[in-house]
Amino acid sequence: MRLVGLYLALFAFWLLMSGHYEPLIVGFGVASCAATVYIARRKDFVDYATLSWYVKPTLPLYWLWLLGQILKSNLDVAKRCVLPGARIDPCIFRAPANQDTGVGVATYANSITLTPGTVSLQTWDHEIRVHALTRHGARDILGGEMDGRICRVEGPSKTGNGGGP
Amino acid sequence: MTLAVDIASWLCLVAGALFCLSGGIGMIRFPDVYARSHAAGVIDTGGAYLILAGLALQAGFSLVTVKLVLIGLLLFFTSPTATHALVKAALAGGLEPLCRELGADETAEMADEAAP
Repeated sequence: MRLVGLYLALFAFWLLMSGHYEPLIVGFGVASCAATVYIARRKDFVDYATLSWYVKPTLPLYWLWLLGQILKSNLDVAKRCVLPGARIDPCIFRAPANQDTGVGVATYANSITLTPGTVSLQTWDHEIRVHALTRHGARDILGGEMDGRICRVEGPSKTGNGGGP
Repeated sequence: MTLAVDIASWLCLVAGALFCLSGGIGMIRFPDVYARSHAAGVIDTGGAYLILAGLALQAGFSLVTVKLVLIGLLLFFTSPTATHALVKAALAGGLEPLCRELGADETAEMADEAAP
């Protein structure tokens, strides 16, 4: 059933990318998607834990919030790049990651890196080592708002550690 | 209407170009790899997204816009992974950051300050 879903998703993606709808070309698409699904199955590539994460309805809302944060910190870091008087005050620290699953911690670490001014250096099960360009950026992470939002997207804790960074 | 779309599109393109430029300047001015990775982050988030948005506004509702959105999603997933791999490799290679590691007491204090 999931393989059928994978096939349909791949084929929809293929149609969007090609923009050609002649029988011969579409036939190539059908064949190559079938080959991809076959290889994915043989190599056990179909990662159900990650898949179930990306159909969560609250994830797009989190992405919107994240985009706002990215724009805000972009302005701040861009100013510090060009303005002659602007100062940077880098520091390294460890931030707690309260997510239950590997996918959750990976999402948190990626969100930290996506936001300019903070980069995740190393990750452990419930901790991320972060390099921040300013103390202000460090304080934003340590305040735990982003951490809490990802925990809420993740939902109530389940057993098992799906996926993983 | 087309004028408004054109104006919005050019605002996005120019703002994106400015972000790319300031990111490039930051990559030269900042002192070490870790600080420079933040400047690179400006280029592959703000710069890239704004330019893609500007181009999508130029293309209107078409297959091209779908492809632009997919490029944006690709960047959204791959650029943090690449940046993380880069700085982790720098750490593993023994490159010392030009800054101090905060202790647990300091981070606890900062978390308290940040909490509402």
